[in-house]
Parts: sequence; C-alpha cells; structure tokens
Amino acid sequence: MSTTVETAAAKPAARARRPRADGTSVSAWLLALPLTLVLGVFLVIPIIMLIVVSFLDYNSVQILWSFVLDNYGEALTSAVTWETFAVTIKYAVITWAITLVLGFWLSYFLAFEVRGTTWQMALFLLCSVPFLTSNIIRTISWIPALGRNGIVNTVLLHFHLIHQPLTFLLYSQFAIILAFVHLNTLFMVTPIFNSMMRIDRALIEAARDNGAGFWQTIFNVILPLSKTGIGIGTIFVITLVMGDFVSVSIMGGGQSASVGIMIQNEMSQLQYPAAAANAVILLAIVLIMVFLILRVVDIRKEL
Amino acid sequence: MSKTSIDRRGLLKGAAAVAGAAVGSGVITGFPTIWAQNIKNVTLRQFGTGVSNLNDIATRCKADTGITIAMTAMDTDAAAIRAITQPDSYDVADIEYFTVKKVFPTGRLQPLDVKKITYYDQIVPLFKDGKVTPTATVGQGTAPCRVSYTEGPDSKKFAPAPTEWMTLIPTIYNADTLGIRPDLVGKPITHWKELVDPAFKGKAAIINIPGIGIMDAAMTIESLGMMKYGDKGNMTKPEIDKTISFLIEQKKAGQFRAFWKSFEESVDLMASGEVVIQSMWSPAVTAVRSKGIPCTFQPLAEGYRGWGGGLGIARHLTGLERDAAYEYINWYLSGWTGAYLNRQGYYSAVLTTAQKYMTPNEWGYWMEGKAATAPIVSPQGQQIAKIGDKRDGGSYYDRIGHIACWNSVMDNDRYLIQKWNEFSVA
Repeated sequence: MSTTVETAAAKPAARARRPRADGTSVSAWLLALPLTLVLGVFLVIPIIMLIVVSFLDYNSVQILWSFVLDNYGEALTSAVTWETFAVTIKYAVITWAITLVLGFWLSYFLAFEVRGTTWQMALFLLCSVPFLTSNIIRTISWIPALGRNGIVNTVLLHFHLIHQPLTFLLYSQFAIILAFVHLNTLFMVTPIFNSMMRIDRALIEAARDNGAGFWQTIFNVILPLSKTGIGIGTIFVITLVMGDFVSVSIMGGGQSASVGIMIQNEMSQLQYPAAAANAVILLAIVLIMVFLILRVVDIRKEL
Repeated sequence: MSKTSIDRRGLLKGAAAVAGAAVGSGVITGFPTIWAQNIKNVTLRQFGTGVSNLNDIATRCKADTGITIAMTAMDTDAAAIRAITQPDSYDVADIEYFTVKKVFPTGRLQPLDVKKITYYDQIVPLFKDGKVTPTATVGQGTAPCRVSYTEGPDSKKFAPAPTEWMTLIPTIYNADTLGIRPDLVGKPITHWKELVDPAFKGKAAIINIPGIGIMDAAMTIESLGMMKYGDKGNMTKPEIDKTISFLIEQKKAGQFRAFWKSFEESVDLMASGEVVIQSMWSPAVTAVRSKGIPCTFQPLAEGYRGWGGGLGIARHLTGLERDAAYEYINWYLSGWTGAYLNRQGYYSAVLTTAQKYMTPNEWGYWMEGKAATAPIVSPQGQQIAKIGDKRDGGSYYDRIGHIACWNSVMDNDRYLIQKWNEFSVA
C-alpha cells in the first residue's frame, strides 16, 4: 500500500524533475528566476539606460532627445580624458601591487602560521571588524593623523626626528595611495586566505621532503595554488579603485583627479550625457581588464 | 417685524462684513493677513543652500504665521540641478542670483508680482538698479539687478530695467573676500595677489566650485597686474585659457595645500592651521572664530566678490499655497529673519525692518562698522567679538559699495568646466 502511495507521489515530482528536450527542467528555471529578476532590474536595465543617455544631446539646462555621437567624440579626443584615465589606472596598479604583497603575506600568516582554526577565524574577524564602519569615516579619520599639526607630525617633532612638519603626508598622492591600501587590503586577504586554506597540507610536506627550501615552496607550491584567490582579489581591488571618487577627493584635497571625479563634475553641471559617455568608457575599460585577468586565472575552480 | 429693526440674519451679515474688512486690512494682527485657519494646513517645501535654510527660521515662521516650512539644504550645484530637474518636488526655491540665470529661462519658476510684496519699496536699490548709492557703479558679472526682473507673468526672459515682475524676491547677500589666520600669516594682507605669495607656499587654498573659483583667480590675476579682464563675470575663451594656465602653474609650484567644496572643509582647513589664506565664506569665518581661533575676513584693496540670493516660487503653485508663499515672503522681509541673517554676517534685503529687531550695539557693529560696546554673540549664542572690536571690512557701504564682481554664469560656461577639469588633472 505505502509503495503505491509513494510512487504516486513520486510521479508528479518526477514529471517536474524529468528534463525537457533542451536539458533543463521547469523547476530549474523557476529557481533561477528571482536572481534573474534582481539582476535584470538593478543591473541590466540601468546599464541600458546609461548607454542610451550617453548618445543623447544636451544644452546648458536640459537633455535633448536626439541621438548624437558628439559625447564620445569629445570624450575620446580630449587630452583631459586620457590623462585622467592614466592617473586612475596608475592608482589602480600601484594599489594592486601593494595590496597584493600585503594581502599575500597576511593570508600566509593566517593560513599557515596560526595554529588552530579558532585562532584563524578570530584573527580574520579582527581584520574585518573595521569594515563595519563607513568607508568615508575611515578615510576622513586619516586627516587629523597626517595633517601639518596632526598626530604623526607632532610625535616626530617631539622626538626631534624632523624640524619642519612633513607636508607630503596629507593632500598628496602618498595620502591617496595610503587610503586606497587601507581600504582595499582586506579584499585581497579574503580570497587569498580562502585559496590557501584549500591547499592540501600534504603537498607542502611533500615539497619539504623533496628538499625544497622556504622560498622554493612559496614559488612552486603555494603561489600557483593561490592564483585563483589572487585573481579574485585583483578584480575586487581594480574595480573599486577605478571607480572611486571619494577617497581621491578627500585625501588629495581636491588636487588630484580620477575618472569618478570627472564624471561627478560633469553631473554637477547637468551634463548628464557627457557623464554617461565617460561612464560607459570606464565600464568598457574595466571589463577589458577583468576579462584579461580571467584569461590568466580560472575562477571556476573556487566556485 | 418693522423694517428699521435688524433681525438676526442681518446682524450676522453685517458682523461678517466688518470682520472680513478688518482681517483684510490687517487690523487684527500684522500677520497672518490671510484667513488663519486655512494657513495652518499649508506646508511649503523649500530647498536651498545651507546659508539660509536654517531651522530657526522655519520655527519662527510657524510661530508667527502658522505656515509650516519644510526645508532641505544642499550645495550650490545640487540646488541648481534640483531646481531644474525636479520642479514638482518643491514650492519655494531659495537660490542665488547666478543660479536663477540658468533656472529662470527653463520656466520652472513663476514671476512674482511686486504689487503683492509689502516691503517692495524698502528693498535696497542694489537689487533694483544695481547701485548701492546713486553714484556707485554696478559690479561685473551676474549682478542681481541684471536678472531680477522679467517682462511679464508668463515671460521667461530677463528685463533690462525694473518691471512689476521679479524672478526672485531678494533676501540675503554679502561681499566675499579671502579669509586669513592673522596669527599665522605674519604680515598685513592688503591685496588679492597675496593668495599666490610664495611666502604662503603650501598654505593657500581656493574654492573648488568652477564658477566661483575662477572669480577668485581673476581677482588675483588682476591684482598682480598680469591681465585686465573685459568682464570678469563673462570671460572670453582666451581670458579663460590664461586664467586656467595661471592656476595650473601655481598648482604645480605647490602653492595650494588643498581645494575645498563645502564650507565645513574650509572651516577645518583654517582651524587646523593647514592653510593660512584661502577663499572663504562669512559663516566659515564665524565658525572658526567660535572655536576660539582668530580668523579675519580680510578687506582687500581691489574689492569684493559679491553674491546674493532670494526666494522664488515654483510654476505649479496656485491658489491657497501661492497666497501662503507670498505671505511667507512678506514675513521673511518683515524684520526678524533679516536681523537673524545680519547677525551671521550677511545682509538682509530690507534693512529698515531688520533694524527694529537688532540692538543699537549690534546695528553699530554689523552695519555701521563701529566698535562694539558689548560682546557680540552669534545667533547660536557663541561670542564672536569683544567690546571694542570692529567688523572686518567696516560698514555696509565700505563692503557692499566695493563689490568688484558678482558670482556669475558665463556664456562660455561649458568651456570653463572643461578647462577647470584640466586644472584638476594637472
């Protein structure tokens, strides 16, 4: 008796689970629906709107509904655009290099030197607690520390290590890179830590048994196996720095430019189509960078 | 019932007529002059810069007239954007005259009938023909008198001479100059060119709003004798090019410590001693002083950069809400708010009514440039001047009478923004 009930119950479920001609089933589509809707409404549609607006014309107070290529023409032929992109890419590369070194060694310490999973998790949480505060507050709090009469200068002057306050600490490229590294190192640490935790410890033992020294183990075993984590971290850091306008503005004292600031300036002058054109160019460049990174590392191994 | 006696209906009719006449003529109280019960339900949404969108004003307005004002403060650029792109989101626009030059031609605001403005005749002539005194000259740039009037109730163009329709009713204005730390500069500052004095290398700052920053730069360049502008408020492309390359030179030489966009940034830069000379706004000077740090709004030989703001009404406003808006504007000019603004270092558009709400000591200090006979206190209660102090710059005529140019929107605005971006990247 019970078997017939079970088989009867199993039939409708089986019908739903039976794959259709193209290899998918209805329930699979339904399960994918919520995420599709969210991505569609909040990602795809805004990007389409952005692309449409970038082709519109405008005068000093309003957007005109006519399609022109002038925005792209002006953006791509202006030296200012190229210089700004160059400066932004420079910040991205320098930040990436520094966060990579810091991130790699911090993850190495957390993954291999710290004994016990509890300690690892605890220290890892310690690293991520500052992220509970707003990004902007954490950036602004550098100002009283680095200023002419700030903490660093006061201490250095007190110990007679310098005679004049150091002015390069704040409102300079040093300050901008410092803020970027401060904000983005964790985005490197997390994926690399993740990758390193998955490395089979037996491999390291094997390397040691074969006579590998410390650096040989790093270069031949750990680094290749963490490549995926490094790739993910790089994507995070690059996209965040390329689009940033707040940190550059605050730490540079308004003296440095970035693509984000350029777009913000154009928006404040009601030049929305020009801003949209710059945004589309930025998006294209970042997508190309991400594509190149994905050619080097295989992300799917981590998923 | 004989025909000569008054029955109940007649009595009520007569009483209503008398009461109506009394309310209409403002006999009962000064304000409100329209039917009080209706006004209590009216909320006017106002937006503008932080300079005048102050909660104290809204509170007092509610107490005096019954109208609720819902205020939103934002920076100058955002205010211009809001005025144009979200016309249904506000009822009253509290904007500057150089913003109205961009906003009014879009038709988002309706002209104001000056016949309904109680104190129109007492508005200072600066906003009507542009002259502080009958013999003064009108400053360069977007002077308020050039964008104050329009041709008719449906016009979107500016009239060159006073008419019966105003674009904004003026409420506030001031003359801006450089702010300095007198304890750190080490020498008297008398000209705009001191902003780029090598002695202050790495200790100067300039405002990062293109339309205003370019003016400060122009004043500095003329002070150095490098160039004479045709109209600083409406520069030609070669003039803009030369100004920007001058700024880029100074930036590369390390003259500027930082640029600021909001007035809190300027307060922090000055108060922390990062800069000793910078473009500044009057409330920022007051804020630095309230922290107990000396700061002077330095009068300079070449003159001031002027700005003015006023209240405008959204095009969509009709009926009771429009009457309430006129009521609010008339209350604004009736004295209490004018005195409040005067005490922050600004000037009210109607000075006669504001004077009634200020003590003779305050009037002497803020308006006549006389020495204070008692400590001067800001509207928030902090002391900003001691007995014997005089206001920086002196009397109203010393300051407003020396406005060399006004905050402006130039014809070459788009070109200016491009060049300013070049300056940012340099």
